Amino acid sequence: MQVRTRASDVLVIGGGAAALAAAIEAACAGASVDLLDQAPAWLRGGNTRHSRNFRYTHDGPTAFTPDAYTEAQFRAELLHATGGGVDRALLDVLVTASAGLPDWLVGQGVALQQAGDGRLPYSRKTAFFLGGGMAAVRALTDRALALGVRIQHGTGVDALRLDGRRVTAALTHAGEITAGAVVLACGGAHADPSWLRKHLGAAASGFINRGTPHARGELLLWLLAQGAVPVGDPAELYLVAVDARSPADDGGILTRIRGMPLGIVVDRNGRRRFDEGADTASTRYSRWGQRLAAYPDQTGWLILDAAGLRAAPAALYPPIQASGTRALAEALGIDAAGLAVTLAGYNASIRAGADPADAAGCSTQDLYPPKSAHARPIAEPPFAAYPMRPGVTFAHYGVAVDARTRVAWRDAGYLDNAFAAGMIMAANLIPRGYVSGLAVTISLVFGRIAGSEAAGIAAAAQARQRGRHGRA
Amino acid sequence: MDGPEPAAVRAAPGPLGADPVAAEARRELAICNICNYCNGLCAVFAAAERRPQLTAGDLDHLANLCHHCRSCLYDCQYAPPHAFAVNLPRVLARLRWSSYARFAWPRSLAAAFTDGGRRVGSLAAGLVLAFTLAVLLAVPPAVLFAPHRDPGAFYRIVPWWLMVAGASLTFAAALLAIGASLGRFWRATTPAAHSTRRAGTPYVAVIRAAVDLLTLRNQQGGGPGCADLDHRPSRWRRYLHHALFYGFLLCFAATLAAAGYHHLLGRVAPYPLLSVPVLLGTAGGLGMVAGCLGLLWLRRREDATPTDPDSRGADSAALWLLLAVAGTGLALLALRATAAMGLLLAVHLGTVLALFLLLPYGKLVHGAYRGAALLRDALEARRR
Repeated sequence: MQVRTRASDVLVIGGGAAALAAAIEAACAGASVDLLDQAPAWLRGGNTRHSRNFRYTHDGPTAFTPDAYTEAQFRAELLHATGGGVDRALLDVLVTASAGLPDWLVGQGVALQQAGDGRLPYSRKTAFFLGGGMAAVRALTDRALALGVRIQHGTGVDALRLDGRRVTAALTHAGEITAGAVVLACGGAHADPSWLRKHLGAAASGFINRGTPHARGELLLWLLAQGAVPVGDPAELYLVAVDARSPADDGGILTRIRGMPLGIVVDRNGRRRFDEGADTASTRYSRWGQRLAAYPDQTGWLILDAAGLRAAPAALYPPIQASGTRALAEALGIDAAGLAVTLAGYNASIRAGADPADAAGCSTQDLYPPKSAHARPIAEPPFAAYPMRPGVTFAHYGVAVDARTRVAWRDAGYLDNAFAAGMIMAANLIPRGYVSGLAVTISLVFGRIAGSEAAGIAAAAQARQRGRHGRA
Repeated sequence: MDGPEPAAVRAAPGPLGADPVAAEARRELAICNICNYCNGLCAVFAAAERRPQLTAGDLDHLANLCHHCRSCLYDCQYAPPHAFAVNLPRVLARLRWSSYARFAWPRSLAAAFTDGGRRVGSLAAGLVLAFTLAVLLAVPPAVLFAPHRDPGAFYRIVPWWLMVAGASLTFAAALLAIGASLGRFWRATTPAAHSTRRAGTPYVAVIRAAVDLLTLRNQQGGGPGCADLDHRPSRWRRYLHHALFYGFLLCFAATLAAAGYHHLLGRVAPYPLLSVPVLLGTAGGLGMVAGCLGLLWLRRREDATPTDPDSRGADSAALWLLLAVAGTGLALLALRATAAMGLLLAVHLGTVLALFLLLPYGKLVHGAYRGAALLRDALEARRR
């Protein structure tokens, strides 16, 4: 391998919010910084490209968020969503440091959307990037470049060179890059289908990756093989129901299917499996993602009649339509007889609520599984269907770190000069479950810490160097 | 107009229907309506959300509501080379340009918009040349190339009545044509459901639309600025547009002031340097020159990705015409006491003639459509 001797104080590996925040903090602290991103420039930003908002605490209304969101509320919500298993020391850091994110971002040139502009959904928990995550990625990139950070796209790191617990260099296809300290912010492994298959079996072939194709986990898996302490469960994925016709990667927010409460969801046998009316909040996206993973072929079909289709939220791909339910089943390639039985049973079991005009109040009676709300007959032709599969958002799996983002090593202790931030360590905080806007908050808070810690190593090394020169 | 119209023009005024540009705009806006990350950037995204059907009229409204700020291309997670290939500023620019042709009045003159507006550029140059030649032929050289310093100097080259009649008639024709086009645009972009639930006299909406138009509120990328040259937020295009637009208004005010001097005070041009018409005209002319040069510079340096390659020529033609109007006006002021005055006056009046005659048939008509779209947007905002 060609050996390059280009040495920087801090080498940041990754390209998303955590990597950019680390590079900026390290450069601000006076370190020389190299950033290596596996993705090409047009795919810069990791999955921050697809983000929209981030969660932070504030004691009162700010320019970007109405009302208040206290530390206690943030903490309680995250503990509730994950059902425990959260590293409390990291949680304290996350919740406390989140309060400073809006000011820090604005200071780096990131524009946040004004809460009062009348165009945002009400959210007292999050602030929104003006123009979305892509705009934030561009602004942070510009800031990093202005601070002298050298950014190299198309260069992933497969392994590190270790001297005991000290990282001395990163191994890339273009050679070795030495650095005084390293920030590991290159995400998880969930975009690698073979890794998914290893942990989830053949079912993983039916999954669609919603984000960057570059979250392939080469470095994460190398670290774990060498002795990094794992955290979370590789088989635990955050899944969202997406259109089965979506591209294999990077469909982002567009490919979600959202209209489940307006119809029924069947498998390839034409059978219902769950209560479509039970959950009309945004949590239904991930609930259905998890359910679809257990469907035959990991595929379900949302069946709507003309009335349901009119009420359904807009979707990226047009629904598959047919004049009758038999023709629809044939077009979908599912069991027509099974679908006919399901529809007949469903339509016959519908009971109006107290207000017959209110569709939300309708439910089924003596049907299993029930549909507890929005149970309207599926009768008005033409009939329509959206094929759905689980869309992988991230895996709840990574390396264990302490509150300084130091990478925990198997026989106790930590790597000397390597710090992990972002989705590579998010499982310390979210071993399962999710709350919206959390990934960007984790990435920014711990990216900043990792950058500062790495710059501190470089500064200490320089001080030692100066000390030696002084004595000589 | 004699002879058959070109087929493309005959087909154009019909419904957008199967037009590939409209189909592409509909595809991209449908994506925007699901994603909506950009809704803080300008009024287009909220307006598109109110129009999920994206009818032909909806598309024309949205295309003209777009100020071509370009930020949404660089902020888009689906911009090319992504498979979803969303480049909204470009497709809306294409649609905007085609809407000018489809709503042009009289219809036969929609031909001006074909060929990316290059015809308008050559037509303008031809008009200036023709008017100058006419003056050269009509005015004896001894008069044309002699210095004139006394009151009425300009009118010895082009008679006062001809100047006033020429300017008034061409400007009135432009206003008539633009008014007729706007009427057709307004009817075409009125959503069927909205016409029945208009409430009260919309004073507030008119004021709001006027403020939006005069401040270019939607040309700020939601606050930080627009992608003038590349992805980085900038305020240059908006400020340069202000210099050009308000410079033009000052020149217009100078003309009105001169008319007041002539009719109310009985004073005949040329007016002294410190008179109201000359001060207004000088300030306005300098603003126009600065605005035109700046915008032409941006045009040379900008990333062309979010622009419509087919109508870029028309944008430049409009800027060069305005630059010619302002530049010859300032030159006329500087050299009005010399023997060059006669010829400069002819060229300057030729540029003004071309500007007025071609106002409805090129890029400059965008202001009228933008104002109408902003008014509709303000009316809808009132209803919410």
